[in-house]
Amino acid sequence: MAEVLVLVDHVDGEVKKVTTELLTAARRIGEPAAVWVGAGADSGTAKLAEYGAQKVYTAPAELADYVVAPKAELLAHLAQEKSAAAVLVSATPENKEIAGRTAVKLGSGVLTDVVDVTGEVVTEHSVFGGATVTHAKVRSGVPVVAVRPNSVPAEPAEGAAEQEEVSVELSDAAKAAKVVERVVQEKGERPELTEAAIVVSGGRGVGSDDFSVVESLADSLGAAVGASRAAVDSGWYPNQFQVGQTGKTVSPNLYVALGISGAIQHRAGMQTSKNIVAVNKDPEAPIFELADFGVVGDLHTVAPQLTEEINKRK
Amino acid sequence: MNIVVLVKQVPDTATERKLSPDDNTLDRAASDGVINELDEYAIEEALLLKEKHGGEVTVLTMGPDQATDSIRKALSMGADKAVHLVDDALEGSDALQTAYALSKALGTVEFDLVVLGSESTDARTGVLGAALAEYLGLPQLTLAGKVDVDGSAVRVQRATDYGYDVVEAQLPAVVSVIEKINEPRYPSFKLIMQAKKKPVEKLGIADAGIEADRVGLANAATETVDFAPAPPRAAGTVVKDEGDGGVKAAEFLAEKKFV
Ligand SMILES: Cc1cc2nc3c(=O)[nH]c(=O)nc-3n(C[C@H](O)[C@H](O)[C@H](O)COP(=O)(O)OP(=O)(O)OC[C@H]3O[C@@H](n4cnc5c(N)ncnc54)[C@H](O)[C@@H]3O)c2cc1C
Repeated sequence: MAEVLVLVDHVDGEVKKVTTELLTAARRIGEPAAVWVGAGADSGTAKLAEYGAQKVYTAPAELADYVVAPKAELLAHLAQEKSAAAVLVSATPENKEIAGRTAVKLGSGVLTDVVDVTGEVVTEHSVFGGATVTHAKVRSGVPVVAVRPNSVPAEPAEGAAEQEEVSVELSDAAKAAKVVERVVQEKGERPELTEAAIVVSGGRGVGSDDFSVVESLADSLGAAVGASRAAVDSGWYPNQFQVGQTGKTVSPNLYVALGISGAIQHRAGMQTSKNIVAVNKDPEAPIFELADFGVVGDLHTVAPQLTEEINKRK
Repeated sequence: MNIVVLVKQVPDTATERKLSPDDNTLDRAASDGVINELDEYAIEEALLLKEKHGGEVTVLTMGPDQATDSIRKALSMGADKAVHLVDDALEGSDALQTAYALSKALGTVEFDLVVLGSESTDARTGVLGAALAEYLGLPQLTLAGKVDVDGSAVRVQRATDYGYDVVEAQLPAVVSVIEKINEPRYPSFKLIMQAKKKPVEKLGIADAGIEADRVGLANAATETVDFAPAPPRAAGTVVKDEGDGGVKAAEFLAEKKFV
């Protein structure tokens, strides 16, 4: 069975959930082979084995010192050497760029923001703000596929996870854009927005930069916090938490929208959530068209009551 | 410093967007065309850099004849001239083919910096800047929330999921911008009038040295095999808050096993 390369997302040796989802998807196509860049492979390998990785290719941390190009060189090199059946990455902005460059190097095609994938590597996409579902494929060459987090449910399967070091001689072109500093902005203890099983977002209805009504509800659910562009543009919440067309795309099991009208550009980032709850004082707000459960009311009374009720039931 | 800004015309997000059943590509007749919103930030950044460092701003667009609307918009914001890559052979090109074609068109212009939006609101692949840097063999400084040029060096703040990376390279380079980078200006009446007289050069694939068998729907490495409207969501329950809205929402969450 041909190998399917999966680029591992990890933070200091801890494998992200999306990687277990990608390994699950890879098993439909062929034999999953994880590609690990940077330190920590030893501590992460157990997790990769649990989700069926037969191989773990490790590459030095130096690759991450330059923007995108080195990882694309690595993936293209491995895809050719191992005659891989496909290359899978998570659909983060950076990984989509890696996917694009890898496909150019391989002379193949790239499919992004995939929400499902079959063994024949036919991909499913949700486009136009979730209004349309498309299927696509790569006609020639090794398909390079970027899959959205929370799209393919992770299922465990045993894998050998045999480690193999790969040495790549980086080209000068790959070293052209150098990372000189990494700036970590406040993150806190909350799960990461695109990976979270539950997301609670606040919009203009929150009314001020005091987002505590949103954060308290999020914390009672162990959720990530998101924001509409109106809230971000007002300076109430940092940019990296924006959900929507020009922000993050999330697909959690539960999305709670507080004081968000449900503009098409917002929906583009959350429409594929499995359950949607909305609180809005306007009964005509379009967000109610999507909501599985909606409360017409003031979020400043409804959300604290909901938070209290959840904490009581714990 | 000479800058090329890439501009794309896209269907207006506010209208209903459709694919065409004939070839599963975008039905451009179905909705109004507007300039891709993020491109306005790219134009603004190019203009700011020009104001600081001098030089010329050239707009480069690939698209059908109607894309002239977006070119005019870019010129009326203050860009100096435009190149319009337009050829029937380009129709239906996917993201990588577009990057290839643009890299060739860029070969006809002198530039120190290419600036583009980090994604388009229609296809949203987010790969164009990266693929372009790959084709051109130039440094990739994408997802920039801040750009500084100092002599021959360019430094950007690249958005990451933990904050940002500070990234450095030598010119020429490819920069893509995110929306928090600036506030795009509105064209003044004077600039709108001037824009009508600014030069727009049309370029066919032969002029740009684009190989015909590498572009267009028939030669695309990717193919949309089918499409359908998303299945409608089952109608939900909406209650009016009578003082117990939070409790009712909690009951719903309990039923769904979230609490
Ligand atoms: C190209 C483009 C890209 C865009 N990208 C994005 C994007 O990525 N993400 C995004 O979110 N938007 C995006 N937008 C903006 C989008 O069109 C909307 O303007 C935005 O989503 C509105 O945010 P909102 O719902 O918070 O605010 P509003 O639309 O103003 O809605 C606020 C809602 O809060 C309700 N409300 C007010 N007070 C209360 C209260 N006390 N209790 C309960 N409810 C209350 C109101 O009834 C209203 O429905 C984009 C726009 C464009 C043109």
